[in-house]
Amino acid sequence: MARPDFEIPELKAETEVPAVLEGTMSHSAPFVAKPEHQEPLHYPAELVEDWHDRAIAKMGDLLGRYRSLRVYLDSCVKCGACTDKCHYFLGTSDPKNMPVGRQDLLRKVYRRYFTLAGRYFPRLVGAQDLTREVLDEWYSYYHQCSQCRRCSVFCPYGIDTAEISMAAREILNDVGMGQKYCNEIIAKVFRIGNNLGLPEPALVDTLEGLEEDVLEEDGVEVKYPLDEKGAEVLLVTPSADFFAEPHVDGLIGYGKVFHEAGISWTLSSHASEAANFGLFIGSYENMRNVSMRIREAALDLGVKRIVFGECGHAWRVAYSFLNTLAGPFDFLDPDYPVPQHILEVTHDLIKRDAIKLDPSANDDMIVTFHDSCNIARATRMGNMPGGQFVIPRDVIRAAVNNFVDMAPETTHDATFCCGGGGGLLTDDLMELRVKGAVPRVDALRRVIEDHGVTHMAAICAICKSQFTKVLPYYGMGMDMIVSVHQLVSNAIVLGTRH
Amino acid sequence: MSYLFAILFYVSLGIFAVGLALKIRQYWNTPAPLKIPTTPAPTTQAGVVFRMFREVVFFESLFRAAKWTWIFGWMFHLGLALAFVRHLRYVVSSDAFVWPLINNWLVQFAGQYASLMMLVGLLGLLGRRILVDRVRYISAPSDYLMLILIIIITVSGIMMSFVAPIDIVGLKAFMTGLMVLDWQELPSSVFLIIHLGLVAVLAIIFPFSKLLHAPGVFFSPTRNQVDNPREKRHISDWAKNSGLDSADGV
Repeated sequence: MARPDFEIPELKAETEVPAVLEGTMSHSAPFVAKPEHQEPLHYPAELVEDWHDRAIAKMGDLLGRYRSLRVYLDSCVKCGACTDKCHYFLGTSDPKNMPVGRQDLLRKVYRRYFTLAGRYFPRLVGAQDLTREVLDEWYSYYHQCSQCRRCSVFCPYGIDTAEISMAAREILNDVGMGQKYCNEIIAKVFRIGNNLGLPEPALVDTLEGLEEDVLEEDGVEVKYPLDEKGAEVLLVTPSADFFAEPHVDGLIGYGKVFHEAGISWTLSSHASEAANFGLFIGSYENMRNVSMRIREAALDLGVKRIVFGECGHAWRVAYSFLNTLAGPFDFLDPDYPVPQHILEVTHDLIKRDAIKLDPSANDDMIVTFHDSCNIARATRMGNMPGGQFVIPRDVIRAAVNNFVDMAPETTHDATFCCGGGGGLLTDDLMELRVKGAVPRVDALRRVIEDHGVTHMAAICAICKSQFTKVLPYYGMGMDMIVSVHQLVSNAIVLGTRH
Repeated sequence: MSYLFAILFYVSLGIFAVGLALKIRQYWNTPAPLKIPTTPAPTTQAGVVFRMFREVVFFESLFRAAKWTWIFGWMFHLGLALAFVRHLRYVVSSDAFVWPLINNWLVQFAGQYASLMMLVGLLGLLGRRILVDRVRYISAPSDYLMLILIIIITVSGIMMSFVAPIDIVGLKAFMTGLMVLDWQELPSSVFLIIHLGLVAVLAIIFPFSKLLHAPGVFFSPTRNQVDNPREKRHISDWAKNSGLDSADGV
């Protein structure tokens, strides 16, 4: 860990609402996309000359295409309910990181160009011309939003800053001011098939290695198949699962579950990525293009079901949008929801006694669980509202004997983002990521002190990577983050079925 | 003066009605291309109606978010609703079948004292806007002016109700006269002139201001969508028309 050039916030027993301190994060901005990152996504290579007119035109276009944007820009009454809800505000004190402060950056321009009041009385209603300073401010602060939707839970009108951030990023892309991290990754998916740019041979290699590891450790021949035609299940998982720690331990767990339940499954080299960064940049078209790879893989491999691995926003795009973007999936087995989450599969198998877990295998751990923001507030698991909170906890409780929840104001739909979601999981935003993690780390530290918690389980590739990187800044071990299916992998009793 | 107010009423009500109708049409016609309910969300339409009911009547989300804002905001809105019902006696004919529902002790009493509740709520909201640094930061001049406008309307109403009663028979004659283009004399009262004048201003700015939160909440996709994307395919017309629907074999 390099010595940081910023101050690491002090942890508190309970996260405190800071006094407003203007401009503390105005310097924060991720690297701007280069022409080679912009062009594969069909965006201008660099800031266009007529960016002003083009941005306003794009805003008008989006206002006509997204009811959320139109209604949310009109409806805010500045009540302040959201002002203390964003982890980035709590961690940085910068008022432009208050949800309404962030929205207002776009709203003031909306009012100036699209409302009567703003056109004739700009000062009165806080309307402002779109200037280069405003554009830069958009770039800075709309890349300080992880689109976690915590604000939308507490807004009396349900105003979702994620919708505003996505629109802003789409406008920025459209004038040639994209973000390198997201756009480079999306281009990699188009070119190679996954965010990390792992080509097919590398995947084959990795999966063979996993098979050897499991054979060595458990003495059982668990298969990790790739591109196997006719398998029942296509597993789509974030590419971090192929090599990063603790992600890969989760992938090992999925394989053991399928093996033990006798479900034939396969990964796909064409759709070797569950993540969909098209969401982060608010681009329906790019999000659809990424999603279509999953449809194509499912058709090509002739599978009957699609199952998603542990990933937060990927599950949002899968659960909420896949049917819209790449459906209908009438060619799949109608007895199963499309898509399914791996936790729904494992949960069901545990309930039916089709797999056996021995929780004492994890007795060296006292585990807590981090609800991933996108799963908590933008999706569901199972057929009951709130299943996204119940099912992961049920599976964890089946796999470990010692489970403790964090404070209720930081879990379920009030969960705090890890601080690295929404396309911000990049080293050029390290200060933001460390500071944005404060509310979660405060709550984590409390259960460590009160209950001796040793590990925090997560179900999102971004959460896992973010915590692994950020916890050491707070003196916590990077290895305290575990995948939920890593716990399952440790506890599952192999060979009982046969 | 009476003519001036008669014209002001027609104009303000016209702007209010047409402006609001156009805005609602705009919201209605703008597609919501993706399913974005804030979850956990209801899985049925009836569930969504219930969620919206709780949101609109009890301000459920605000209650979770900020207790003081909720208390003041709810006092103001409930007071406004009760006062509004009380005011119906000035426009509803005493022959109408709903008349007994309006002109009874309970509704009139509740409506009269609701004005005080409104005032407390409004002053609380104004105080919060000035005193809490986060709320002060996000406030534009229009946010203060809106509160002050409604406070003056409320206070002038309270004055007529509790301190300086006006000729309400004459007022009703004026109001009902407006509806049949039979213009009557407006009772003379400085409070009435302030009250009605500012209500007309409020009606005029309604469709152009943050007061659009009233229709807006019903159109909020995070609150009004059913959580059923896996069961029912959701596809917007513009996605279809832009060749972005895989059902078309694209």
